[in-house]
Amino acid sequence: MPAILFFAFFAVAPMVLAFYLSFTQWNGLGDPRPVGLANWRKLLNDDRLTQSLTVTVALTVVSWAFQTVISLLLGVWAAGRQRNRAILSAIFFTPFLLSSTAISLLFYALLDPNFGIIHADTLGTTSGAFLAIVFVGGWQFIPFHTLIYQGGARQIPEVLYQAAAIDGAGRLRQFFSITLPQLRNTATTSGVLMIVGSLTYFETVLILTQGGPGTDTAILPYLMYQAGFKSYDFGYASAIASFLVIAATALSLLMVRLSGFGAMRSTREGM
Amino acid sequence: MESYSRRWFLGAGATALASVGGLTACGSDGGSGGGGTLTAFVYGDDAAKIQVKSVSRFNASAAAKKTKGTVKLQKVPATDYPAKLRTAMGSPNAPDVFFNWGGGSIKAYKDAGQLVDLTDVIASDPVLKSGFLPSVLSAGGLDGKNYGVPMRGMQPVILFYNKTVFAEHKLQPPTTWDQLLDINAKLTKAKITPFALGGSDIWPELMWLEYLVDRIGGPDVFEKIKNGDASGWGDPAVLKAAQTVKELIDDGAFGKGYSSVGYGNGGAPAVFAKGRAAMHLMGSWEYSTQLGKFPDFAKKNLGWCAFPKFEGGAGDIRNVVGNPTNYWSVNARTSNKDAAIAFLRDSASEAYTKELIANGDVPATANAASLLDASPNPEFATFQYQMVQDAPAFTLSWDQAVAPNVSTPMLTEVNKLFVGKSSPAQFVSALQGLK
Repeated sequence: MPAILFFAFFAVAPMVLAFYLSFTQWNGLGDPRPVGLANWRKLLNDDRLTQSLTVTVALTVVSWAFQTVISLLLGVWAAGRQRNRAILSAIFFTPFLLSSTAISLLFYALLDPNFGIIHADTLGTTSGAFLAIVFVGGWQFIPFHTLIYQGGARQIPEVLYQAAAIDGAGRLRQFFSITLPQLRNTATTSGVLMIVGSLTYFETVLILTQGGPGTDTAILPYLMYQAGFKSYDFGYASAIASFLVIAATALSLLMVRLSGFGAMRSTREGM
Repeated sequence: MESYSRRWFLGAGATALASVGGLTACGSDGGSGGGGTLTAFVYGDDAAKIQVKSVSRFNASAAAKKTKGTVKLQKVPATDYPAKLRTAMGSPNAPDVFFNWGGGSIKAYKDAGQLVDLTDVIASDPVLKSGFLPSVLSAGGLDGKNYGVPMRGMQPVILFYNKTVFAEHKLQPPTTWDQLLDINAKLTKAKITPFALGGSDIWPELMWLEYLVDRIGGPDVFEKIKNGDASGWGDPAVLKAAQTVKELIDDGAFGKGYSSVGYGNGGAPAVFAKGRAAMHLMGSWEYSTQLGKFPDFAKKNLGWCAFPKFEGGAGDIRNVVGNPTNYWSVNARTSNKDAAIAFLRDSASEAYTKELIANGDVPATANAASLLDASPNPEFATFQYQMVQDAPAFTLSWDQAVAPNVSTPMLTEVNKLFVGKSSPAQFVSALQGLK
């Protein structure tokens, strides 16, 4: 019961409020003035929405691919019994313990063309800024997903590998025929987290690129921040926020449907 | 409290919005409700120590006893300042007195009836009336009325140069645009970036346009825009300034990586101090930044001059852009207006002025000139003071002069121009579309 109250107070109420504000014009002072659908109409006619949706989708897909491949390999490796495994795993995990803001500031300094590690105008070009965001996000979150994959890989019964070895399957074959299929649910969990995470990605963009160059990395949460806390157009910012909530909910429902995660089918059929 | 409940509720909504965006909205302690104690919000950088002293001086003064008020200072972390102020001003925890940039930065508060009109107070008070340079005092107001009292140093934008690099290449500080282009050509040939630019922060890029529009079209061009006439962006001077910027970029004036260089993180000042760039167009605070980070450079090799004049342009070379200073404004809902106004008078005092000067600032007070010898660099302080005193026009930084809902997209358009995402003509038409 307390959990429901907390959820209602800290999650549902603000969401309802933001939805209400999206039908008003409010600069943070005085009372909001109802303006009907004006903010929503503006949102749907805003060129930046299309652009930022494209950027958001691209960022989500590329981040997902980048993070999944690396964390899957690292996770499977970390589930093994090699020497130094525990120590290395602990080191790999450190980026996740730092705050996103600290990480972004660190990379912002590292990407300085004069005194940083890459002597190029990384953040000033569209592809450079985009890849920097993907990389910094990956650098931070890969350790977390590695942990999930490590847990998943440890759950795979040893007998499967023993049987495969008897049948003459090599390590590569074992990986593709046993490890990968057995990690299906793990991949869905990690994937949903990655995608929802990418949708609400914010600090890195704020600190690294401020949505730039121009508006080329202005993802939806950044647009919302800009409308709310730079332009003080809280009504419009609320419309963006509501849109984001609707889009994210729809997307995660869709993913759960498509991946069959909801049915919780066993990965060990026939065992 | 009754009248506040609705706002409170909505304030909570704004907070929720902030947390969706990953911002942590910080609660403010203190409030305007308490009888004698006034809250003052100040921009929480190094210079806030002067306001700390001012507050304790006031709290111990006879004026505080007489008005039965004391002031409690709240330092707000610098980058959060405007957002924090806006959230607080919409809630019952609004400050009684608050730091601001004058002009567009306070317009919304004025429109919402949240500012005390200080015009009569200043006119009837000799300390405040004759305490400050008139041009600076008036820049803190709107529509000819005063809403602020100057409380920090002046921040004109100055063209700084590296004396060593200039001597090595036998160069003189430019006084005309042609000279600047000539220097530019010589330096790029010698493989030295002519100008340091913290492009990733965007506002340093804006300084170039501010000065060019002033020099080409005179101060009236932006004055019109500032007063809400978006058609002012269509003035030929704006297009010419944008084209000039484009030519500079194409000529390599800022080098290649300027869009990845920041000012706030010390990138551009380091490029400049280490001699990789010969000049830096920056606010007067560049001096204290360099003094803090590269003291040797600041003391020996840092030179400064006015922004050159543009051949055939309407603007006077003595015109200045930048921030005249910062201001204290008073919340109309304060519980003790007399105490708040008494506190403002401390900013005109000699003790306050001396502390600003010792910090390397040049106060906007009328008595400052005679005290400048005590500055860490009297030569620079005098240059700056005279520059502002003699300026026929002082244009407030564009991003502070216009309302926040215009300045945000404006900065985006400036950035697009500098990174080559839009042409000068596209830049002008995008700005004309801003409302």
